[in-house]
Amino acid sequence: MSEQVSGLLTIGVLVLALAAVHVPLGDYLARVFTSDRDLAVERAFYRLCGVDPRSSQRWSRYAVSVGAFTVVSLVFLGALLMMQQHLPLARGASMDWHTAVNTSISFVTNTNWQSYAGESGASALVQTLGLAVQNFVSAAVGIAVAIALIRGLAARHTGTIGNFWVDLTRAVVRVLLPIAFVGAVVLLAGGVIQDLSAPQTISTITGGHQTIESGLVASQEAIKELGTNGGGYFNANSAHPFENPNAFTNLVEIFLILVIPFSLPRTYGRLVGDKRQGLAVVGFMAFLWTAMLVVITWAEQAASTSPTGAMEGKEVRLGVWASALFANSTTATSTGAVDSMHESYSPIGGGGALTNMLLGEITPGGVGSGLYGALVVAILAVFIAGLMVGRTPEILGKQVGRKEITYAALYTIVTPALVLVGTAAALVVSKAKAGMLATGPHGLSEMLYAYASASNNNGSAFAGLTADQPYLNLTLGACMLIGRFLPMFLVLALAGAFAAQHQRPTTEGTMPTHTPLFSGLMVGVALLVTGLTFLPALALGPLAEALS
Amino acid sequence: MTTSSLTIGRQTLAALRIFLVLTVLVGVLYPAAVWGVGRVAFHDQATGSQVSVDGKVVGSSLLGQQWKGAQWFHGRDSASEYAGDVSGGSNLPATDKRQQDAVAAREKALAPLGGNPPPDALTMSASGLDPHISPAYARLQAPAVAKARGLQLAQVQRLIDDATKGRVAGFLGDERVNVLQLNLALQQLSGTK
Repeated sequence: MSEQVSGLLTIGVLVLALAAVHVPLGDYLARVFTSDRDLAVERAFYRLCGVDPRSSQRWSRYAVSVGAFTVVSLVFLGALLMMQQHLPLARGASMDWHTAVNTSISFVTNTNWQSYAGESGASALVQTLGLAVQNFVSAAVGIAVAIALIRGLAARHTGTIGNFWVDLTRAVVRVLLPIAFVGAVVLLAGGVIQDLSAPQTISTITGGHQTIESGLVASQEAIKELGTNGGGYFNANSAHPFENPNAFTNLVEIFLILVIPFSLPRTYGRLVGDKRQGLAVVGFMAFLWTAMLVVITWAEQAASTSPTGAMEGKEVRLGVWASALFANSTTATSTGAVDSMHESYSPIGGGGALTNMLLGEITPGGVGSGLYGALVVAILAVFIAGLMVGRTPEILGKQVGRKEITYAALYTIVTPALVLVGTAAALVVSKAKAGMLATGPHGLSEMLYAYASASNNNGSAFAGLTADQPYLNLTLGACMLIGRFLPMFLVLALAGAFAAQHQRPTTEGTMPTHTPLFSGLMVGVALLVTGLTFLPALALGPLAEALS
Repeated sequence: MTTSSLTIGRQTLAALRIFLVLTVLVGVLYPAAVWGVGRVAFHDQATGSQVSVDGKVVGSSLLGQQWKGAQWFHGRDSASEYAGDVSGGSNLPATDKRQQDAVAAREKALAPLGGNPPPDALTMSASGLDPHISPAYARLQAPAVAKARGLQLAQVQRLIDDATKGRVAGFLGDERVNVLQLNLALQQLSGTK
């Protein structure tokens, strides 16, 4: 069997599995967030926490809840990281204050950018009790906000968009926890470790020594992928054999990355009462995911005709095709886990991974954040189409007026501003430049990749950059925090604005948003916005490198 | 106190409580349950797929090791020399002079073996712990290893064939040879000869 056939079969199996699962999972998610019954364990939660599960919040209250939860998470995780050397299972792990600030923001914002090395920077206790907990709850926050936006679109002049505490609890208890458990057991069976004993140093048969690491890795690995988090237990992330032992676990991990983001459009269709609406969104996501997969795989294939076979920074057990598939999936979502080193990719291959992030991670994007990002693109699309034909833009019977389009437009410029200003500033600060591995066009790509990854909450890196220094830790931390929560609050404001509206009846003049044509329009808008914003930077980085 | 600051206070209290409850659930109970499954059903995998010789752990079948000398098959070059407590790759792109020099140096070092070195022989892995090499790289090393050990080439090649694993489920990943397992088989063959 040739490498090409093997690669295509791998992609085929993945696509079939996702196609089979996204319908039942999407329907299940819809039931989870509309059910008026609480599980016994949830009722106990609500009593313990003093939450009335039947009260529905206005958008501002919902946003305050998100903010309060974020502040508590940041304080708790930051304190845990700063104190880790005094806590059990430390085994020498410790962090500088600026690394701890960066890391706590990173995991609370679902980014999982890591300026520390997993083996030495974070203790087993901190990984499990701090980082892995954020892998669950930051993902749940993303799902909750996406559901809130859908409720706003589906609401009939109610003004409220649901209860954040209920959405958060259900996303963890009914969705993430059961799927992560099954995923963890599968990964465990495949060879991912789950062990709390101390790392041991062994003598090899040639008389050398090697450390065999330990840790609660399988449980963290499953939610790291499922919650599109991406923070590796070890520095080499999913390239480390203890995180990703073979080609089967590799496919399982890619599946876990994509399964919720590709299922949420179905949930959207269900909740707005028209499944075709979800189909149009998933079509948009799948088209761009496939297109970028072709670009990255083609680039790596072309590079593999050289004597080095594009194998620098790739593992023998995975090979070029499966690595490219992972790279595309991890950057098209907000995951950022890597099973191969993106900085060693060909200029177009690495540039493709970068472009996925610059698109705003909406193809299919992170859990929740991918869907609300795509819905903002849909709102822009109806607005632009409305301008072209001279009609009042509407989506699902809700008018896109001055308020709504202002929120959507602000959403669209937040991350590009962070990426471009952040990159430009870092390139004139000598302390930041000192951390760069490469010079010339590749050096620009390295820095652009870092700020794109932080601002879009991806977390993968052109890892040659030595990011563990105050300037980069703090500015990238600021990008992660603003890049996560400013867009999120704008989405909640948008949800509130839609929820306050009556639903207008569909007429002959209403532009349909469920057709392939509309999916195409969304593709056009996404490419146009990204192209206009980032083409100059891409031309000076990956494109210049490819052409030189 | 104003209404809004009252709201924020209440919300923060709720946030704190729910955060702690969720931490117990997903930060303690969940990993403990997965650990329990590992203890009961997948003990070998959970503890790192260790390889023992005469009751002594000599490595993990998932982790590559540093091999020195002509009597052993060598793995790929590693950015961390297979230390085990660090991991990662070179991060160098093919356009970088340092990478071009490193590849040229590897080509030069492998030249005495004759033949064209396969890609994995000329590059570093992503993890620095890649336990595998391609069958082509193993075959390239076979004559030198056979000579150093006074074995026949055919014997050594048979070991490589035995150690070569096909794609998972027939189509996933790549053909590969686990270097530690190949060298253990080699040692056994030499020992019993």
